[in-house]
Amino acid sequence: MGGPEIEQLIGQFARLPGLGPRSARRAVLRLLQQPEARLAPLIRALEAAAKTTRVCGLCGNLDSVDPCSLCRDPRRETGLICVVETVADLWALERAGVHRGRYHVLGGVLSALAGTTPETLNLTPLLSRLSGGEVREIVLALPVTVDGATTAHFLSERLREFGVVITQLSQGVPMGGSLETLDEGTLAAALRTRRAV
Amino acid sequence: MDWESPGILLMARPFGEADLIASAFTEAEGRHAGLVRHGQARRHAPLWQAGNLLHLRWTARLADNLGVYSAELAHPTASLAMPSAGALAVLNAALSVAEGALPERTPHPRAFAGLLRVIATLAEPARALTELVWFEIVLLSELGFGLDLTRCAVSGQTTDLAFVSPRSGRAVSAEAGAEWAARLLPLPGFLRGANAMPSEADLAAGLRLTGHFLARDAFGASHRPLPAARCALYERLAGTIFLDETDHD
Repeated sequence: MGGPEIEQLIGQFARLPGLGPRSARRAVLRLLQQPEARLAPLIRALEAAAKTTRVCGLCGNLDSVDPCSLCRDPRRETGLICVVETVADLWALERAGVHRGRYHVLGGVLSALAGTTPETLNLTPLLSRLSGGEVREIVLALPVTVDGATTAHFLSERLREFGVVITQLSQGVPMGGSLETLDEGTLAAALRTRRAV
Repeated sequence: MDWESPGILLMARPFGEADLIASAFTEAEGRHAGLVRHGQARRHAPLWQAGNLLHLRWTARLADNLGVYSAELAHPTASLAMPSAGALAVLNAALSVAEGALPERTPHPRAFAGLLRVIATLAEPARALTELVWFEIVLLSELGFGLDLTRCAVSGQTTDLAFVSPRSGRAVSAEAGAEWAARLLPLPGFLRGANAMPSEADLAAGLRLTGHFLARDAFGASHRPLPAARCALYERLAGTIFLDETDHD
């Protein structure tokens, strides 16, 4: 249909999450039909992001400055660190706006079958921060999967020597969820972590 | 082509944005892979956790196709094991050994029963460890590398067995093996039929025994190392942090 440049552009879009060949074609068509209003700003934004984005040396977040704006924010509690698997998880927690401490991105979870070992995780900066003695609590916000739980147990044992409080996000019935439609595993976890009211 | 069977989910890895490739172990079909459509969806994710016992349905156009899995949960092994580091370590080790050692689409009903006993006893990690050692002995036997722990390879006696030859996999009595004790693998009491609850040292000896033959025969035959999760379980037990561990939550 289009020239090879357009096909290449569609191919690049189709590789992005959430987009298939059809939606990539629609997006590219929209960009090309309005080059000044849509294509040029996108090119400028992509160039700027590619030029300035870096991984925060402290927490592993993506930002245009290193340390990132979350690590630089003086209003955030330095004694509270939330450990997450990916930057997407960090951004999800930030969207909720409920965590007022700092973060640490592990960059993965231990996996027996995929062969992910502690050496492949972004652990060294976390251990350095804990050595400073300022941190009093670590919140493990890892996926509720076998691999996520294995990583949580590994971290709780590894970080015990620093004498910090280690907590974990609770598990159970989601907001707006009914018990009838919940799976047995979630119900078991919810019952296990019940609390007095 | 289609079949229905209970199966233990050994592994599920993402395939594309929404699907999974799952590998399950069933009694009649053995280790069998299949595609799970929308397996990464939020409402399906709890089902496709490694270790879960599922009622599986597999369909394909031809027998040698990858095929498509659908399932219902029979026993939520994964979520029950998650609070205990010991139970998770046993589960990870058992699943990685089964996934790595079992050939595809070959039934091994005795090994399936052994793995089923491991996941059924995960609430008591010491019992699950005992079952894991038995599962690995059965697995070795099913793969053609059976151990003979019933009589002494030297004298033929059936009592006072204390060692296993790391070369032949046959038991050796305490008297016959005394001279070569340093070179032989210790045979723990629970593998000799002792009824008492095995100690941590016995369990570590059991894991060392089966680990040696799994590494040499089952995995060594295809030039692969013993899975990291299986090695980590032995190190964890040898480090005596297994049975005195406290639950995470």
